[in-house]
Amino acid sequence: MPDNPTYPLAESVPDKIVSASGLGLSEVSLENVLSGSIATSDLTISRATLMLQADIAQAAGYPQLAENLTRAAELVAVPIDELLRIYDALRPRRSSLEELHTLADQLEQQFGARRTAIMIREAAGAYADSGLLRSDGGPD
Amino acid sequence: MKAGAMSLLKRFQVRADRPINQEVFIDEWSEAGLIIIDSPLDPAPSIGVAGDCVTEMDGRSADEFDLIDRFIARHAIDLTVAEQAMATESVELARIVADFNVPRTDVARLVSGCTPAKLIDVIRHMNIVEMMAGLQKMRIRRIPANQAHVTNRKDNPVLLACDAAEAALRGFAEEETTVGIARYAPLNALAVLVGSQTGRGGVLTQCSVEESLGLRIALKGLTSYAETLSVYGTAGAFVDGDDTPWSKAFLASSYASRGVKVRFTSGSGSEALMAHSEGKSMLYLEARSLLVVKGSGSQGVQNGSISLIALPTSLPGGLWGVLAENLLASMLGLELASGNDALSSHSQLRKGAKLMLQFLPGTDFITSGYSSIPKADNMFGGGNFDSDDYDDWYALQRDMLANGGIHAVNETQVVSVRQKAAAAIRAVFDELDLPRIADDEASCAVFAYDSSDIPERDQAQDIRAAEAVLSGSLGVVDVIRALAKQGFRDVAERILEMQRQRLIGDYLQPAAIFDSQFMVQSALNDPNDYQGPGTGYRLRQEPEWEQLKYLPSVQDPRSMNEPLAGSGLFTELRKAEVGSGPEVVIGVGPAFGSRLRRTISALDHSDVVAAIVKGVQSEGIPCRILKVFHTSDCAFIGHTAAKLSGSGIGIGLQSKGTAVIHRKDLAPLTNLELFSMAPLLTLESYEAIGRNAACYATGRAVSPVPVVVDNTARLRLIVQTTVLHMIETREVCTTQSPVEMEVRQQSDAG
Repeated sequence: MPDNPTYPLAESVPDKIVSASGLGLSEVSLENVLSGSIATSDLTISRATLMLQADIAQAAGYPQLAENLTRAAELVAVPIDELLRIYDALRPRRSSLEELHTLADQLEQQFGARRTAIMIREAAGAYADSGLLRSDGGPD
Repeated sequence: MKAGAMSLLKRFQVRADRPINQEVFIDEWSEAGLIIIDSPLDPAPSIGVAGDCVTEMDGRSADEFDLIDRFIARHAIDLTVAEQAMATESVELARIVADFNVPRTDVARLVSGCTPAKLIDVIRHMNIVEMMAGLQKMRIRRIPANQAHVTNRKDNPVLLACDAAEAALRGFAEEETTVGIARYAPLNALAVLVGSQTGRGGVLTQCSVEESLGLRIALKGLTSYAETLSVYGTAGAFVDGDDTPWSKAFLASSYASRGVKVRFTSGSGSEALMAHSEGKSMLYLEARSLLVVKGSGSQGVQNGSISLIALPTSLPGGLWGVLAENLLASMLGLELASGNDALSSHSQLRKGAKLMLQFLPGTDFITSGYSSIPKADNMFGGGNFDSDDYDDWYALQRDMLANGGIHAVNETQVVSVRQKAAAAIRAVFDELDLPRIADDEASCAVFAYDSSDIPERDQAQDIRAAEAVLSGSLGVVDVIRALAKQGFRDVAERILEMQRQRLIGDYLQPAAIFDSQFMVQSALNDPNDYQGPGTGYRLRQEPEWEQLKYLPSVQDPRSMNEPLAGSGLFTELRKAEVGSGPEVVIGVGPAFGSRLRRTISALDHSDVVAAIVKGVQSEGIPCRILKVFHTSDCAFIGHTAAKLSGSGIGIGLQSKGTAVIHRKDLAPLTNLELFSMAPLLTLESYEAIGRNAACYATGRAVSPVPVVVDNTARLRLIVQTTVLHMIETREVCTTQSPVEMEVRQQSDAG
């Protein structure tokens, strides 16, 4: 794939796009749907494609969006139940400082989610200073 | 005067009953956050930067930062321009926002270094017209678009599919559904997906439900965007909403990780409503919210007070503030879906005026939910504009040369697309063993006004099926297969293309939508390039202008009065001479009874003449009819008749029915009585005109013929008047003298 493919990717590199499960764009055809060789779970965007979109956003002057898409790229492999569990853990007064740090470490080690882990550690610090950790009162 | 008190003056009583007086207007109360801008507790702008850290912002040092300050300082301010931006005079920044000579991207670069208080200090210098000009430039996508609400009270899937298809056909770029009963969500999402892609390929859809449910439905490929992520300007409001900026940012990334477009929601008044305003103004808190949106990496936002619209509009400067919110979002480089979804006023005048603030500059989505169904079926509690208002909306687009994101379609197209959507969703339900959609249910849904026209479904069975869909493996691939197997290959292909696009992710970029060929249009490849007259999006030079100027009711003025065949209603006898003795002469226009045969109020010319003659004769004197060719002007026709009358009294009568009683010694443009409102004249009026003319001719005392006043007549009939008068004028022959005429016998009339 070229280093800096131009936007939109649908026009510049459609033949290089691969789903999270490794399916090429041209394989996503009605024939393959009818023959049963594609499952809904095959139709998920890949980490590499999201990273490309992040690069495109960064180059276009949208650094925060780029950062979000980078985190998204890291989360591609994280199962949805796990995503929802982390989201809950990040709600006010759901987690202790330690739990948030453990969560961040796990994400980083298991999924290579470095940017997401930084975000979670940052949240932990902010919650600690704002009384939003679980031990700070409210429901356990 | 207190509400409910009886007014002494009748006009006050009438005004008290007007819709505007059902609104609540209040004084500012800054401690409660009930103030649009400039609360005494709003901080002054400031920033301190050390390396890549903000050490001070808006009067607070880093160790005093609350949750929101901390997130904004860390994520939302571009420190490379912060000091420059903060050092620039606010009024100067305001001027470059409004000044079309300064490119959008230059403004956006500086704005990205502003703190919340600085943003407010900038916006406070702008009046509403300057803000509209600013929005026209700062909107990030070049072409405006619109979003539809598609819901119904019964969560009826076939009606949802029909309505989604019709909304797509009308051009909505996004469709948002929600549920009456939460467990219906997967079926509603499915129905709107199938319906929308039946109407037009490339429409983005969402199902607004609780986040975990929303994510699961998206994962099944049944939706493609989400905009339920609400943010607030104070920590207290955030925590009451059981979220933090970090939890929302994580959620946004989670959606994006599944290829789902995300838009956040904010809007003034939410903090005050939640009793967490901290005494700050609505706009200051909205600036903080917007910086949280931006810092989270959301590509866009829906704001403009959204469902709380009546709260800011109760205050002085309310609508100014709503536009300010919208402009701030665009200035920050966010895709803007600009409210206009919840009912904003009892007053149609006030509601329409509010709409213009976003409609005229154009926004990425003029509404963040136009109710494509009647209000009663809008499950968002929305319906500021609904399916009954389509024709008003289309007329406004046509009037203003402004693209409001949708276009008119004719009934045949709508019937056809609704039938197809009903058949497609039935096929999917059949093929996937979902509860059956009966024949009559499908046909009711096609032709329904709203869900009250649809037979009841077995809701328990539907909910069981929906739960099974959610917990089972059924996903978009099964839907595509079902459609293809049942003969809806085109719809199947479009839904499949949506999945391909999901793998590509181009629509995750700012303000992205698809055209019907699935070509993405976003701020990256279709950026707003407005820089003053002659630049940017100009509807009249765009291909969609042909579509937008079309209205089903448009008439061709050339065909409003087709030429008539045959020889006319009158026989021409001889050149008219000056008469003698008491008589009344009726002069008719050059097209009278020949090229034209009826007045504007559809009275036959022969009946009109007969009525006048009857009136004249009732006073015992004769009447002559003559046709005037040298003029089509009513006064000159009447004056010509008067000059040829033995009594000096004549009646002028144009083909459209306008009449005048004239006397030969008067100046042509004065008269004895003028009946300019032809649409209001009846045969009785014409008879009275004849009678009065006879009285003038015989010197009897006369009261003028009473004239009815109808202020809408001109509104309704001015086009017809113009066309009729033009036809009559085309019959003018300046060299031809008046000719005496008689009514042709009916048997030989053409």
